[in-house]
Amino acid sequence: MAGTGGFSVSSYGPKRGAWTRLAARDSMARRLDWPLLFSSLALSLLGSLLVWSATRNRTQLNQGDPYFFLLRHLLNTGIGVVLMIGTIWLGHRTLRGAVPVLYGLSVILVVLVLTPLGATINGAHAWILLPGGFSLQPSEFVKVTIILGMAMMLAARVDAGDQIHPDHWTVAKSLGVAVLPMAIVMLMPDLGSVMVMVVIVLGVLLASGASNRWVFGLIGAGAAGAVTVAALGLLDEYQINRFAAFANPELDPAGVGYNTNQARIAIGSGGLTGTGLFKGSQTTGQFVPEQQTDFVFTVAGEELGFVGAGLILLLLGVVLWRACRIARETTELYGTIIAAGIITWFAFQSFENIGMTLGIMPVAGLPLPFVSYGGTSMFAVWIAVGLLQSIRVQRPMSA
Amino acid sequence: MSNIPETGRTPRVQIRLMVIQVLVFSLLLTLGGRLWYLQVRNGREYTDEAKSNHVQQVVQPAVRGSILDTRGVPLADNETRLVVSTSRTELMKMDDGGKAVLTRLADVLGMKPKEVMDKVRLCDSKTPQPCWNGSPYQPIPVTDEATTQQALQIRERAEDFPGVTAEPTAVRRYTAPGLANTAQVLGYLSPVTDEEITKAQDTDSPYLRSDQVGRSGLERTYDKQLRGKAGVTRYEVDNLGRVIGLARSDVAVPGDHVVTSVDARVQAVAEYELNEAMKAARKEMDRNTNTHYKADSGAVVVMEAKTGRIVAMASQPTYDPNAWVGGISAKDYARLTGKKSNFPLLNRAIQGQAAPGSIFKVVSSTAAVRAGYNFNGNYPCPSSYSIGGQTFQNFESRGYGSITLGKALEVSCDTVFYGLAHKEWIKDGGLKPKKDAKNWFYTTAHLFGLGKETGIDLPNEVTGRIPDREWKQKFWEANKDGWCKQGKKGGTYIQRLAYEGCLEGNRMRAGDSVNYSIGQGDILVTPIQMATIYSAISNGGTLYNPVVGKAIVSADGKHVKKIEPKSHGKLPMNQKTRDQIDKALAAVTTTGSAAWRFGGWPQKQIPMHAKTGTAEVYGKQTTSWFASYTSDYTIVMTISQGGTGSGASGPAVRKIYEAMYGLDPKGNQDIGKALMPEPRTELPKILPDGQIEAPKILPYDPPKEPLDEQTLAGPPAAVAARRD
Repeated sequence: MAGTGGFSVSSYGPKRGAWTRLAARDSMARRLDWPLLFSSLALSLLGSLLVWSATRNRTQLNQGDPYFFLLRHLLNTGIGVVLMIGTIWLGHRTLRGAVPVLYGLSVILVVLVLTPLGATINGAHAWILLPGGFSLQPSEFVKVTIILGMAMMLAARVDAGDQIHPDHWTVAKSLGVAVLPMAIVMLMPDLGSVMVMVVIVLGVLLASGASNRWVFGLIGAGAAGAVTVAALGLLDEYQINRFAAFANPELDPAGVGYNTNQARIAIGSGGLTGTGLFKGSQTTGQFVPEQQTDFVFTVAGEELGFVGAGLILLLLGVVLWRACRIARETTELYGTIIAAGIITWFAFQSFENIGMTLGIMPVAGLPLPFVSYGGTSMFAVWIAVGLLQSIRVQRPMSA
Repeated sequence: MSNIPETGRTPRVQIRLMVIQVLVFSLLLTLGGRLWYLQVRNGREYTDEAKSNHVQQVVQPAVRGSILDTRGVPLADNETRLVVSTSRTELMKMDDGGKAVLTRLADVLGMKPKEVMDKVRLCDSKTPQPCWNGSPYQPIPVTDEATTQQALQIRERAEDFPGVTAEPTAVRRYTAPGLANTAQVLGYLSPVTDEEITKAQDTDSPYLRSDQVGRSGLERTYDKQLRGKAGVTRYEVDNLGRVIGLARSDVAVPGDHVVTSVDARVQAVAEYELNEAMKAARKEMDRNTNTHYKADSGAVVVMEAKTGRIVAMASQPTYDPNAWVGGISAKDYARLTGKKSNFPLLNRAIQGQAAPGSIFKVVSSTAAVRAGYNFNGNYPCPSSYSIGGQTFQNFESRGYGSITLGKALEVSCDTVFYGLAHKEWIKDGGLKPKKDAKNWFYTTAHLFGLGKETGIDLPNEVTGRIPDREWKQKFWEANKDGWCKQGKKGGTYIQRLAYEGCLEGNRMRAGDSVNYSIGQGDILVTPIQMATIYSAISNGGTLYNPVVGKAIVSADGKHVKKIEPKSHGKLPMNQKTRDQIDKALAAVTTTGSAAWRFGGWPQKQIPMHAKTGTAEVYGKQTTSWFASYTSDYTIVMTISQGGTGSGASGPAVRKIYEAMYGLDPKGNQDIGKALMPEPRTELPKILPDGQIEAPKILPYDPPKEPLDEQTLAGPPAAVAARRD
């Protein structure tokens, strides 16, 4: 059914002029998902404004340069876009061959975090400091490689036509692929990322068509695991405190509950249209910690109001809507699983991030995709967009 | 590939993709809903919270205004002291709640550690004084008497004393010029409570956390004027408290000064003489109880007769108001509020009430005239008066045959008033009052302003009481249950009283009315009420509201607001009756019951009028009363359990007059020595820089006791047996 001649990236197509190639019905440009691209880009650029507003007064962070974070965020976005183009150029199918290598690399990186090369930021030992003031958060890449690795294993025999659904052994092996890096990330401890990965695994299993037993088993295991972790006191105090503060921010307004309280005040005081960019007193006064990264949504809430914060939700909605379409339209399970993994990743991480600023989720150190400042996260989500575009570009024309 | 449908997926995968999509979009909808709830629905609430978040107030306390005497001598002002304070917030952060720091601090200050810790604990219903009843976020003063050396030690070893500061601060000082302590009139300050802050939040004079509030006396009445307005600079700050902008700035407005009519010199004399009179009374033997007089408390009021202005007001027992400054210690507090000390915080001139005894007879005389009796008529003055089986003694006098009301006042004949009161009681219907009963003796007392406050500008004045028929009824209703339970026919005296009270306590008996007519029984008056009445007799009949404050002067001296005397009525008598009473009261000092105390008084130059009183109090010794006036001044003195009016209070009152008029004991006037030969109408001089000129003041030097024959001889032998 999916003929080989349908791919404009293929070098076997007829020779055509550049303009003709671009305008052709089967051209890459015509086949790209433009709403997805625009929404992602709009989120990144909106993010750069918010990051700028949050940091232009934080002289201790920006080293005296109010544009420091703005420029870096734009640079990260640029690199992210290049990574997306590269991913599209290579194509998710071509990448399939490289998945074991990429997976292996990402696991090595997370292990490195546990060595003296790793650094602790905000209680999470999740970073590798690079020379020149750069830092890397390997767990962001792991999210991508888990999706790719599991998709590869789960889809291999189904896409080959040997099975209708992946068998138990395949599912078990794919879970093993996911559990290894998750366990390492857990040791950091970067609980937020583990939470996202669990949800990703769930999404991947759902989309793979694995037996219901696996799906519900995983949900049950997750719940049991959470209870065990809590009961055995495996959590650090800061993690418990974060949870306590979510449940009752007035518990200690100057301590644990401070973040959530100030975040809620910032968002609440924005009202319908906000105070205007750079005019938010909560933001200018730096009352919300980590405002350029995990709490960037509060800047939108205060300075752009319901209109601006709603716009971010809307753009995220467009991204997810397009991703869902892409997942449905592709005929191969491999692409479907990747798309579903990315959807659950983006959706859960955005929900957790925004939810904690709105006081409906416990605080966890997770960036808001596209919007939060942070290179690794930005690169990872743009690679994910590249994967989605690739699936879309390589979809059958008849679909 | 053949078993895979056209779409490339099995229905299972299709359905699950839909599930994912639905889940994803419900998450987004949840966020949107919550966002709308926070921002649009509850936005206002958070906007307010954000505002309070980043505005910090820096309070520059206003300097409290001074309280000055009539010549500008400060009675209460401020001085700069080294105040050592602790921050409770800082202490609470320490593992031991700051115990170690406070112990070190106590060591440096030479205090006991417990004393320091008690001072910084917060007051609640279970915590006795000392404790801090201000805001826990406000620095709590531990002492305001730190020496420079102690302050330096604390500052140099700042690391040993986290949260402890030693700053020069303006604190209240009660200067007691010329030993005029004036404690109860001035009152005292204590820190504002949370409740008061909340209550005054939306008024035009809200409190600040750091405020001290006047709790009694002038400090309370004129609190608003004295307090001024603290300067508040509101800075917009960031999360670390760094200033990012200036929101608003109000400059501190120092409080106004209150100029009073009190003359510190006269006040000192009044205080000294009251105390001396009480000391003297304690040496006297009470013939009824065969013990020395206890003289447990007393008060004296010196008033300008024509305005109601207070020249001096003293109350015993007294205390040093400086005890309150900088937080009161446990010992001081216990001493000031304890029963043992007999409540020195009470201003007995306005809060002490007792039966007036014979000084009430001016009211009874007026009542008789109003009831239609001729002032110069002849009324029998036997040595006793009988009603039914009961005999009422002519306590304070002897039999004089038939005399006028004037003479009855002069010699303080009780039986004249017994007779008139009894007649009126019968006329009003006796035990079963007529509907149109006139109750002359009671209505007249009300018209004299008794039974209600005089309206003096001091807080918590008490009303006294006039035991008229309405009061009796109410009192009986309130107490009959207790009386009926306790009462017993033919039991002890108390039981019999209760029994009678139960049966007919609501009825005005003849005995009640007769007793009342000479100021005995259930009637209660305050010294200030009697001063107001005697002033009114002096000035021709106007009842002035007594007033201590004379003017409010702004701190820069540019705005002066005079406090004009106000009247609350006229005495119910015509000019003729007034003159007749005036004449009789003058005779009291020349030939009447106080004559033996006023020998040598220059009656021609300075006509003296007086009435003595000795009131019975059940279970206690008699209350001594002395009410007097000249054309300018009224002085009323009372000593509880002090004996007779002329005996205990008379000489002291005379000495106050002598100091004011510059008289020696023989009656020779030296106007140069006179403290206040006539009321001072002008205000203290305000210098161009806003300062108020304060003349120097010397302590009162009481005259040496003259070896006067008459004083040595004591009361004349003829009246040795009489009580007054």
